Amino acid sequence: MSTVLELQGITKSFPGVLANDHIDLTLEQGEVHALLGENGAGKTTLMNILYGLYKPDEGKIKIKGNEVEIHSPNDAIRQGIGMVHQHFMLVPVMTVTENVMLGVETTRAGVFLDRAAVARKIREISERYGLEVDPDAYIKDLPVGAQQRVEIIKVLYREADILILDEPTAVLTPQEVEGLFKIIKTLVEKGKSLIFITHKLKEVLAIADRITVLRGGRVVGTVKPQEVTQEKLASMMVGREVSLVVKKQPANPGEVVLEVKDLHVRDERHNLTVRGVSFEVRAGEVLGIAGVQGNGQTELVYALTGLTPIVSGEIKIAGQTIHNTAPRQILERGVAHIPEDRQRHGLVLPFPIHDNMVLCTYYLPPFANGMVLQEKVIAENAARLAEEFDVRTPSVFVPASSLSGGNQQKVIVAREFSRPIKLLIASQPTRGLDVGSIEYIHSRIIQKRSEGTGVLLVSSELDEIMALSDRIAVMYKGQIVAIVPASKASKEYLGLLMAGIHPDEAAEKAVEATEEVERVF
Amino acid sequence: MAMTSARPFIKSRLLPGLLLFLAGAVIYLLFGSGVDWSQQATFGLNPTGRTEALVIPDLTLPVKASVVVLSLVAVFLGAWQMARGIRSSGLAVGLVAFAFVAAFLLWATKDNSFSLVGMLSSSLVRATPIALAALCGVISERAAVVNIGIEGILLISAQTAVIVGTKSGNLYVALIAAILVGGLVGAFHALMAVKFKVDQIVSGVAINIFAVGATSFVSSRFLEKDINGLNNSGTFPTISVPLLSKIPVLGPVLFENNIIVFLMMILVVVLHVVLFYTPWGLRTRAVGEHPKAADTLGVNVFLTRYVNVILGGMIAGLGGAYFTIGAVGRFDEVMTAGKGFIGLAAMIFGKWTPFGAFAASLLFGFADSLQVKLQILGIPIPSEFLLMAPYIVTMVVLAGVVGSAMAPAADGVPYEKN
Amino acid sequence: MSAKETKTSKAKPRKEKDLQDKKRPGAWQVIAMPLLAVLTGLLVGAIVIVVTDARVIAAYRNFFQDPLGAIGLTFQTILVAYGALFSGALGSPERIFLAFERLFTTGETDGLVRAFWPLSESLVAATPYMLAGLAVAIGFKAGLFNIGAEGQFLMGALGSAWIGYTFHLPWYLHLPLALLGGAVAGALWAAVPGYLKATTGAHEVVNTIMMNWISFRLSDWLLNGPMKATGYRPITPVVDSTATLPRFFPDPIRLNLGFIVALAAAALVYWLLFKTTFGFEVRAVGTNPDASKYAGINVPRNIVLVMMLSGALAGLGGATQVLGVDHWVGQGFSAGYGFDSIAIALLGKSHPVGVILSALLWGALRNGATRMQSMAGIPIDIISIIQGLVIVFIAAPVIIRWLYRIRTLETEKVVLTRGWGK
Repeated sequence: MSTVLELQGITKSFPGVLANDHIDLTLEQGEVHALLGENGAGKTTLMNILYGLYKPDEGKIKIKGNEVEIHSPNDAIRQGIGMVHQHFMLVPVMTVTENVMLGVETTRAGVFLDRAAVARKIREISERYGLEVDPDAYIKDLPVGAQQRVEIIKVLYREADILILDEPTAVLTPQEVEGLFKIIKTLVEKGKSLIFITHKLKEVLAIADRITVLRGGRVVGTVKPQEVTQEKLASMMVGREVSLVVKKQPANPGEVVLEVKDLHVRDERHNLTVRGVSFEVRAGEVLGIAGVQGNGQTELVYALTGLTPIVSGEIKIAGQTIHNTAPRQILERGVAHIPEDRQRHGLVLPFPIHDNMVLCTYYLPPFANGMVLQEKVIAENAARLAEEFDVRTPSVFVPASSLSGGNQQKVIVAREFSRPIKLLIASQPTRGLDVGSIEYIHSRIIQKRSEGTGVLLVSSELDEIMALSDRIAVMYKGQIVAIVPASKASKEYLGLLMAGIHPDEAAEKAVEATEEVERVF
Repeated sequence: MAMTSARPFIKSRLLPGLLLFLAGAVIYLLFGSGVDWSQQATFGLNPTGRTEALVIPDLTLPVKASVVVLSLVAVFLGAWQMARGIRSSGLAVGLVAFAFVAAFLLWATKDNSFSLVGMLSSSLVRATPIALAALCGVISERAAVVNIGIEGILLISAQTAVIVGTKSGNLYVALIAAILVGGLVGAFHALMAVKFKVDQIVSGVAINIFAVGATSFVSSRFLEKDINGLNNSGTFPTISVPLLSKIPVLGPVLFENNIIVFLMMILVVVLHVVLFYTPWGLRTRAVGEHPKAADTLGVNVFLTRYVNVILGGMIAGLGGAYFTIGAVGRFDEVMTAGKGFIGLAAMIFGKWTPFGAFAASLLFGFADSLQVKLQILGIPIPSEFLLMAPYIVTMVVLAGVVGSAMAPAADGVPYEKN
Repeated sequence: MSAKETKTSKAKPRKEKDLQDKKRPGAWQVIAMPLLAVLTGLLVGAIVIVVTDARVIAAYRNFFQDPLGAIGLTFQTILVAYGALFSGALGSPERIFLAFERLFTTGETDGLVRAFWPLSESLVAATPYMLAGLAVAIGFKAGLFNIGAEGQFLMGALGSAWIGYTFHLPWYLHLPLALLGGAVAGALWAAVPGYLKATTGAHEVVNTIMMNWISFRLSDWLLNGPMKATGYRPITPVVDSTATLPRFFPDPIRLNLGFIVALAAAALVYWLLFKTTFGFEVRAVGTNPDASKYAGINVPRNIVLVMMLSGALAGLGGATQVLGVDHWVGQGFSAGYGFDSIAIALLGKSHPVGVILSALLWGALRNGATRMQSMAGIPIDIISIIQGLVIVFIAAPVIIRWLYRIRTLETEKVVLTRGWGK
């Protein structure tokens, strides 16, 4: 084995943050080197430096022993580095072939795109590495797993030897993760070297040859998977002991607060993405909706909160029918909504925190008297909530945009929890947050449940769903394939359901699969 | 699956259907009801005053019967909409608009004759600056830069062309100068949009205001004082393409024009090929849809945008030249009269494709030429109202189409590298 | 040039400072950018004046024979032009001083009237700018770019003129009705693009421009037909004296109640925007329409309302010009008000106080430019050139910072509207 890549003393600071602090890292030929750390630990910054997207303040990069300067993705590609980004870098309205050839186009007569030749080469790569994909398909029509394969093909098409996979499992079902791990093994066998970025402990133990843990922009240590346990890795990653389970009392379900019957909803591009969904949520319980992102969860939540009109079906909140009712009327019936995209829907970022704290209630007394805003009351309210919900900010008069992601989410939670609610709809409530904020928000959600609020939790993080839910509904292609009590749901069984396997079949398979999956993890 | 809840059905099926019925009724009431069955309209299919092309008989139609047929087209569409639902709302709107205009023309031409060839020919000519503005929009916005300053570019290059043309006595030099000046203004916009990440609409408006100021300043400081020496360039001669111009109807319309019209038609084809069949086009579209993806693959997002916006500016510069050296040979203040904005509407109507933009421009050119031709027929509508036609058509088209037209995903959003 | 500099930098900060939010330090920083933008615009304007002046060009042809003469002539040309601009805008300080002297010695007021005439004309010119600037500014606050203020201004003028000459009522009914007529006409004119934006997503920039052109044609028709006064010029009849805005001083000082109406409108807009739930909604929709929808705000309704309010302000601007100054409407009545108001709104950072200040500055510039045209032969269009540049500098503060080597003053970006969709 030889060292293919060496990073020495990489340092990068952004205004107010030291994202990378003298980081050293080596990658051996044919190795899977996992880079573990929580959100904001500096993993992605480091990889963006390696890929030429950021310029380091200090430090050296050596490839196969030679020091190199990487100023742009082009340099990185030339040095044989390829990156599969966390958010796929694919143009949805173009075909697989067009996406793969972009930037390194093959031409006929020197001018015209030669799509056929590129498609041929894609098929070759597909076969060689077991990456099944149709070169003529449009990206927007492909499932997430296939899109990821396209990303890997893109890298291989450019003949990369060093592959960086940034949080590649975030959007996959457990079975798809398994498929990805197989692909990774094939790649390594064929001599490629991989950097695998993640914050998931089980995965690194399953796939990595070596693990480097980052925290606060620094290397905490490099270990071999055989030498460590999950708990050890977790404390290295967070810097303290972390409880991996959420403590909660058994549920005490009351009356039905949300009833959905045969709901159909279209997305922004007019595709029918919710197709006949029925379920109910009772007071004092958490119904988790599991599923790979993009299976209709977003539109389901939009429909429930009035952001999108429904095509057909029935929604009842606390017994009253909602039929394309305006969002305000829905909110006034006691619905709180922690939106999936907090910066798009949850906050008016340039507004000060105190205005964001009354975003849904500014027109009601005591915040308004007639049409006149009561600024003093609004400011006092914000100060009180910021204190109560541990929002770390110098003042409530600063814009929400100046807060960290975790604190922005706390502002939303504070606002939504501060009014009397019967139903909480929480969509990806902890996405992209640090462990401390995740723990805090989880405990707050459970607290609401104990107070008798019905909770609908939508998350693509299966761990989160399993930790918080009392019942779990699995969504696949716009439909709910099964609703199971959390106590009876295993990760493998849910994974099969998320992949669209019929519940009965899944139950059978899950028993077999448990053994296999356990081997992998 | 119970897909047919009542209210969505009313909204999506019944209401548009009824609207189409209404359109049919309006067409008949306005243009058919007051006409006698015996009245006829004659449409000339040969170029006036010349006999170069093969002569074919003129088209004579009974007015009332034709209008009834046209209004039935709208009614039929309405029935279809209610029964089955029409997929393409753009097509329905287009057909109804066509029926309306055709009925109007029939009504206006009753007991009279009207040169259809002349009408089409003048539509194409009047579509030229609109199409060039639209192509400028297409090439810029495919790379995600909104250029609302096209109107200003048209104005500045129109003036440049006339001054250079008059001074040098060579219209081709003037044409090149106009194109270069257009490119220069485009470069300024690109600098603002790409480098300084200024709100692109503000930058465009600034260009428009600056253009109005600068051209008026130059006009009143120089041109007015020396009209013959500065503001009297003459215009490009009409070129007849041998043989092709002899084709009946289409020949004189398409193949007897001045160089700017020909260049416009060539550009439509060239841009289409470049956008969809070359590496540059692929990169441009990628930059417009997902610049970050393009960047990670080593495509230079900034360079792509610069080049496209500058090329767009040059195309608009050509369009500006049309106003002076292509049409009247003289510059008047604010002579572009909103054509740049109409071009943007054509771009949207044409779904950001060169051919679509061209077709939409023809529609606006038609609306524009209508008023001139109708005044000749002496119909009882004040000319001011006919002059509003292109603007009203633009608004109707935008309203009808914008919801279904998808702009490039990153349109108008500055790219931040980090 | 130097006179200009001292004037603007002395007069404005004090006023602005008191109005600034006390929590934020350095009111200076807030107005430094707009001021530098205007100054730089004037500087470029000076260059344009010089390089298009035949005598100066001729002098530079012989530069090596007489370098001092050429440079001297350059500065002389600029001085004459901007001197005329300055005295046309504010009056000559010398005359004002002499007029006061005569007032105190002889008690005569004639000189005073003449000395203050330029200044009062600047205020008269600023009146419609304030209202039209507010119209554009309130649009910006809601994320709408109303570049059709010109058409709304024209429709407002025609509306108020029609009420002014058609009805014959006591002044306490007639004047408010005529003003209201202007506001309503403007509001309705702007409601069309507003409604189209709210329901179909058609972009207001294109539609308001189209409405401008339609309004020009409509006014051509009205002035030659239904609204034409007897006689052969295409103008409306003169409005009744009961509908005119009363003037404060004897002729020729034309300063009138319209100025107070504009100030009151600014105060009202300020209150609406920052102290009421309506303003909260407008600002929320303007900064993040998605979050506004999430929060239960009716976004389409807000868009229509704001466009109508914007149109009403522009229409009121047209009304004050008719009822206070011209008393009739003719062709080309509205020319330039639309684009001017955009510059004013941007210069005033879309804040009512800023809009008032920048409208005053703009009124002075426009008024002075008239004198500059007659005295120095510089076409008044130079102001439009300066205007375009000012907008560029305001929108791209980087340029100003780079020119004057200013470190980061403020991180504020001008974010208005984006793209075509939604």
